Amino acid sequence: MIEFLDALADPDIPFLRYALVAGVLASIAFGIIGAYVVARRISYIAGAISHCVLGGIGAGLYLQTVVGLEWCRPMYGAVAASLLAALVIGMVSLYAREREDTVIGALWAIGMAVGLLFLAKTPGYVDPMSYLFGNILLISRHDLWLVAALDALVVGLAVCFHNKFVAVCFDEEFTELRGVRVKCYYLLLLCLTALTVVLLVRVVGIVMVIALLTLPAAVAGQFSRRLWQMMALGVLFCMAFIASGLCYSYTHDLPTGPTIIIIAGAVYLAVAVGSLFFRPKVS
Amino acid sequence: MSNEPVVLLEDVSFAYQGVPVLEGVSFAVREHEPVCMVGPNGGGKTTLVKLILGLLRPDRGQVHVFGLPPQRARLRIGYMPQHIQCDLQFPVTVMDIVLMGRLGQGGLAGLFGWHGPVDRRAALDALGELGMDAFANRPFRALSGGQRQRVLIARALCCQPDLLVLDEPTASVDTLIEARLFEILHELNRRMTILLVSHDLGFVSGLVQNVICVNRRVFVHPTSRLTGDVIRNIYGTDMHVVHHQEQTRD
Repeated sequence: MIEFLDALADPDIPFLRYALVAGVLASIAFGIIGAYVVARRISYIAGAISHCVLGGIGAGLYLQTVVGLEWCRPMYGAVAASLLAALVIGMVSLYAREREDTVIGALWAIGMAVGLLFLAKTPGYVDPMSYLFGNILLISRHDLWLVAALDALVVGLAVCFHNKFVAVCFDEEFTELRGVRVKCYYLLLLCLTALTVVLLVRVVGIVMVIALLTLPAAVAGQFSRRLWQMMALGVLFCMAFIASGLCYSYTHDLPTGPTIIIIAGAVYLAVAVGSLFFRPKVS
Repeated sequence: MSNEPVVLLEDVSFAYQGVPVLEGVSFAVREHEPVCMVGPNGGGKTTLVKLILGLLRPDRGQVHVFGLPPQRARLRIGYMPQHIQCDLQFPVTVMDIVLMGRLGQGGLAGLFGWHGPVDRRAALDALGELGMDAFANRPFRALSGGQRQRVLIARALCCQPDLLVLDEPTASVDTLIEARLFEILHELNRRMTILLVSHDLGFVSGLVQNVICVNRRVFVHPTSRLTGDVIRNIYGTDMHVVHHQEQTRD
């Protein structure tokens, strides 16, 4: 622990600080959007979106190095791809209900395939593992600004339209009858989910980021009777998972992403099993 | 009392992927004249409700609610669905749900869907009418089936509607609550027009003057003429429905 705090203060290893700041900032969005995702049961859609992000990262790298668009960072590609995936998957789930899971599964794989092809055609050694499973060494100061900006956008929209999102998630039909444009809000929610996923791609990676969206919210759900309580608790749990995961992985020389996920998973399992015996659920 | 019907269907037909569900449906519901839809499962009751709410569009014919296309009359309708699709673990309180009836108002608060003290007052009043105000802060998932049903009726009332549409309001309530619901609906009938869907002819016959029998075709019967034969025909096959033809319009 002391070792970790010393390392945080060490000017020679800024990436650890960046990872912690990115994690704490992103936790706010993860707690809030995660609660919607869990309550609305769209975690498989969020999973598909996050895997499509690899397509955007690959395209971003390709455009930057091969086409020579200097400004085109992989993270911008990730943002664009995640939004595109959210809109396509959202349209599919709105208009093609009966084969929804098939199409989403296909997009999930296609997004990854596109990304791997772009990476293969990008000269120089690019390790797809860093993007798939996260690598905190890749975080730059510039990424922190991107995380902060996206965070502000996601949290601002989610808080402003909270009641409408709750109503859309709870009962689409009734909400539509109240004159709310349900489909627009559903797509907006998926876009916010997409942006949230991008926030932590660097830290925990595309494959595992989905667990950070659902596990803190699922743990929080055991102690909450209202959605905003689930969000507030979810934010705290997410911060705790990320901070403790960073600390443990640094002190024990383990990869960060998997450590964070294992901690989150262990806590979820403990709470789920504990609730069978103690029923902490509010009556 | 205006003469314009609250709900007017003219020669409406609807098919799900080529399978006709409703054919040549015409009827009118007048202000403060409660009606009930009855009919066998799969006969098209819920489809008819969704056409009236504007959630589905007819393949042929016209639906008017308060003289408007249903989509434009929505905010004057309070609706209680038979089932909600949501997952019952959804963390919301009774109050949160009833407040959903206050969405769709104008202004900045309406745009963001924010609720003020007036909305809370209205939600508590609606809950009070169903004897559920003591449950306002309970989680929805901790309620019994009958209590949930009353919360959903309260949510429909919280819209302060001119037309109240209730899909199977007695499906999971016991006899005591059913009697109370009967009184509530009697009372509400003075303020708004009520359209019920029910299997329970005993429950509705004291409440409504007209029963709309839905089984692909639609016939309107005054409840006073609901004899054993008529009831048997309502739940009979298509063949029996042909007998109703002379009573198509009231």
